[in-house]
Amino acid sequence: MNEQNDLMILDAVERYIRGEMLPDERLHFENLRKSNSEVDQLVVEHTLFLQQMNRYAERQDFRHTLHDVHNGLSEQGTIDIEPAKRGRVVHLWQKYKKVVAIAATIAGVTAIALSMLVNTVAPVTKDPKVIELANKVNEIEIKTDNLDKKIQHVDNKTNTTHNTDINMAVNVYGTGFLIDPKGMMITNAHVVKNSRNIYVENNRGERFRAIVLKLDVSRDMAIIKIDDDRFKPFSALPYGIRKTTSELAEPIFTLGFPREEIVYGEGYLSAKTGFNGDTLSCQISVAANPGNSGGPIFNRNGEVIGILSTKETKTEGAVFAVQSKYIFQALEELKGNPLYKHVQLSTRSSIGGMDKVQQVKKVQDYVFMVKGD
Amino acid sequence: MKEAINEKELLKGLARNDKNAVETIYREHYKIIQTLIINNNGLADDARDIFQEAMIVLYEKARSGDFELNCQIRTYLYSVSRRLWLKRLQQLNRYSSDLVSTDNVVAVEDDLEEHNRRDAEFDMMNKAMGNLGEPCKSLLEAFYLKKKNMQEIATDFGYTNSENAKTQKYKCLVRLKKLFFSHYKK
Repeated sequence: MNEQNDLMILDAVERYIRGEMLPDERLHFENLRKSNSEVDQLVVEHTLFLQQMNRYAERQDFRHTLHDVHNGLSEQGTIDIEPAKRGRVVHLWQKYKKVVAIAATIAGVTAIALSMLVNTVAPVTKDPKVIELANKVNEIEIKTDNLDKKIQHVDNKTNTTHNTDINMAVNVYGTGFLIDPKGMMITNAHVVKNSRNIYVENNRGERFRAIVLKLDVSRDMAIIKIDDDRFKPFSALPYGIRKTTSELAEPIFTLGFPREEIVYGEGYLSAKTGFNGDTLSCQISVAANPGNSGGPIFNRNGEVIGILSTKETKTEGAVFAVQSKYIFQALEELKGNPLYKHVQLSTRSSIGGMDKVQQVKKVQDYVFMVKGD
Repeated sequence: MKEAINEKELLKGLARNDKNAVETIYREHYKIIQTLIINNNGLADDARDIFQEAMIVLYEKARSGDFELNCQIRTYLYSVSRRLWLKRLQQLNRYSSDLVSTDNVVAVEDDLEEHNRRDAEFDMMNKAMGNLGEPCKSLLEAFYLKKKNMQEIATDFGYTNSENAKTQKYKCLVRLKKLFFSHYKK
């Protein structure tokens, strides 16, 4: 199923549920539903979703009505009891104005006298704690200022993404995966190299901004990093990254986003070198489509052995992948930057003994759709 | 008897989100709730929140088809508000064992349980919508909330034709469903 297909099916499901189909089409669709359990499942799920959406819409509308009515009545003065109360306070104030004034004066004079007394009696040392505190307050103020700026910055950035979002035609997209739990990711250079704004999206639909840290066009590899406060770092990655070359015929699987949904594919390592004997890459046999680019290739131990990159147009099923050992090299080159000096790649995988279904379940949260414009 | 008929009509209006019905109920019952809240450590703003939430409970009950109110609207709103306010006080650690109340109350626990469930669902959708970002949020709101058709949406959002708008709406919808169900299915 490609994206166009998905769109048509969801569109049909929605029109079916909303009762917008003509009798002929409806009959046809009902037959499809009976014969195809995936479609049936989608109808059930979407019915629930639309029901939730309707309730949401109804409640929003009702809230608006409540809001309008409240404001209307409040302007007319029909529902406020405040004026009566305020009236009483004003009345009291007028009655005891003089007494209050005298009391305040006495209190004021006493306070001044007392503070003078304290000043003369108390030792004149400056308490360092107080100064420290003040500095802290200052610091905090500066920090909040910075935060404000950052937020504004992010706001601006998101605004620009949103505007460009509309022109989906210029967007490129691919796949990427985390190489450290704090948001550093690998994807293909060709996915991000011509993009001004990049964002990544997980399979739960959550979208984060990302920036390019390193672009290596010759190896078709890019290191990017999630740069978004809403991203919560993981404690560890479930998979390791393999340092050595893999064996021929080793079974592999991939995860990627050839469409809006994460897609699994499996195959085997078919050659230790890539196109025309390219030693940077290797050849795998797996179904891949545009959008799979940059996706991880796992072996059966749940180790990343490569990054899916290109597909030979003439031979069906021949896909090339950048070997994972170059991830280590690319990262070494990045370590000139003190910010990333301490990033360590894990070579140990915690999902080695699991069956494939479990493995995929564990790793799919760490694989993202990468979009750029 | 006449009053009972009136109340029935009012509830029907309420279920249709009819502004006149809402205003009539508001006008007749707001003050008594306001007094209840203010006499029990609340402010005018609290009264407004509590009354509006009680109205939502009543609205949802009125919409649920088989609904029959076995007490007056006044008693119902009063009972719901009283429960809601007790709960709020508890959350604020200002719990008082009972409220100073003057009116009759009826049992509303079941209705409130249903309300809480719907409240949680509403929050999930609200959050999913909030995380969607623009232009997706406005686009889906235009379609599902404002009930605009794809042609109007294409014009409003500057798409060249309704097919393009449809493609974009599809992409947004897929994301919204993911965001929503990732919480809903837990």
